[in-house]
Amino acid sequence: MLAVNRYKCCYCGACVGVCPVCALELVETWLEVSADCTECGLCSKICPVGALEVQS
Amino acid sequence: MKCDLVIVGAGPGGSMAAKTAAKAGLDVIVVEKRQEIGDPVRCAEGVGKRALCEIIDPDPRWIAAEVSGARIYAPDGTSIVMSEDRAGDEVGYVLERKIFDRALAMDAARAGAKVMVKTRALGLCTKGGKLSGIRAMRLGDEIDIQAPLVIGADGVESKVGRWAGIDTVLRPKDIEICAQFLVHDKRIDDMYCEFFFGNKMAPGGYIWCFPKGENLANVGIGIQGSKSKGGEAIRLLREFMKSHFPDGRIVEMVVGGDPCAGLMEKTSADGMMLIGDAARQTDPITGGGILNAMRCGIIAGEVAAKALGIGDVSEAGLKEYEDRWRAVLGIHLERSYQYKEFFVKLTDADLNQLISSLRNEDISKMDLRGMLRVLFRLNPKLLWELRHLII
Ligand SMILES: Cc1cc2nc3c(=O)[nH]c(=O)nc-3n(C[C@H](O)[C@H](O)[C@H](O)COP(=O)(O)OP(=O)(O)OC[C@H]3O[C@@H](n4cnc5c(N)ncnc54)[C@H](O)[C@@H]3O)c2cc1C
Ligand code: SF4
Ligand code: SF4
Repeated sequence: MLAVNRYKCCYCGACVGVCPVCALELVETWLEVSADCTECGLCSKICPVGALEVQS
Repeated sequence: MKCDLVIVGAGPGGSMAAKTAAKAGLDVIVVEKRQEIGDPVRCAEGVGKRALCEIIDPDPRWIAAEVSGARIYAPDGTSIVMSEDRAGDEVGYVLERKIFDRALAMDAARAGAKVMVKTRALGLCTKGGKLSGIRAMRLGDEIDIQAPLVIGADGVESKVGRWAGIDTVLRPKDIEICAQFLVHDKRIDDMYCEFFFGNKMAPGGYIWCFPKGENLANVGIGIQGSKSKGGEAIRLLREFMKSHFPDGRIVEMVVGGDPCAGLMEKTSADGMMLIGDAARQTDPITGGGILNAMRCGIIAGEVAAKALGIGDVSEAGLKEYEDRWRAVLGIHLERSYQYKEFFVKLTDADLNQLISSLRNEDISKMDLRGMLRVLFRLNPKLLWELRHLII
């Protein structure tokens, strides 16, 4: 599962732009993760503040 | 709800397109998911003075500072100075984007466009196999906005292109991951934009310090996405602050992703055009995208009026958009992308050699291309791969 640390996220949208399957959506300050997420981990590597983590 | 043209995103690209199209007589709706246009900022706010003035009259309300040049630091600390004339394409003015973006949206509204904030596009609608507008969420309610033509100006996180079948996904190597502080410090030089290079300091990117007047500056970092790991950008920026501005007071924080993907194969489809960061029109080497978004926004607005006038908004009917924006930016983006691909491979020793080789050269009257020619003359071996771009 992709966990979003909402206390860290600065809602910049960078992760949305790299997600290959369009699983992320930024609703102003709220990042939504859809069921399409394949847990590839790309977004967690690029997050500037480290707010994303693929948890097993 | 019905209109001629719906634009998704009220950044500089969307607002310029809206203003241009509304002035040409179109009924335009701009949807912006944020409740406040321009906020939060995702930008270092530097633009070329000359280039900006070619697009819009400068207004002191949104210009934070004017600089007289750029100072570039090699990893070993050696620096060279470029005057504003030479670095003029990228520095000159440091903007106040919160005010700038709003002013542009206001101009669009004054020209007759309807701006809807807190309205998020959810997808495209089709009717009889043809694009017929967008679905959107406005303050919790789903609405349809019918229009034969849609412009995607939805920035780095763009979905409009993907919805229309164009692959705009950014590969990690083609996005700069950024973090920035607005810093107050007595050490800030109000007259120069500064750039710091080094693979340890900013892998595959650079650190910038863009003054905003009265010892305030945007101090930020961009690192190549493929060289990033979670939280790396902000960690490296904090390290830089410790070594360069240990007494700096941080009064604001910005993070974001900046596309550096080079030319996209296509930026239009039946009933749809992409502009600005959504079309990855950002300069891949500098990350500057404000002016390109505005330029392409104007072209898209003009083409929209023409295409709707003739009644042909098919991909063929919108070809003029592709042709015109590529004529203005195509070669430049293509070259810049190759420079970037080369630049990210340079070691610190290479960077030191390149920057220090310019120390005794008179580069005072040169633009970037001229400077590259000098660099090539002085460092032919190192820059051999770029010879076809330089000579
Ligand atoms: C840290 C950083 C520093 C930068 N520094 C510079 C610089 O110094 N100089 C420079 O020229 N460029 C710089 N850039 C790049 C510059 O910010 C962008 O190129 C520019 O903002 C692009 O304008 P735009 O209109 O294409 O998109 P944006 O300004 O990103 O606007 C897109 C808008 O679309 C909205 N939107 C997105 N999805 C939807 C949806 N589904 N529905 C409704 N609205 C939506 C967003 O909320 C946003 O307001 C920087 C970028 C970053 C991240
Ligand atoms: S990249 Fe990180 S900070 Fe930016 S929106 Fe995604 S989770 Fe939030
Ligand atoms: S883990 Fe991969 S698939 Fe899931 S949201 Fe992140 S980038 Fe998308």
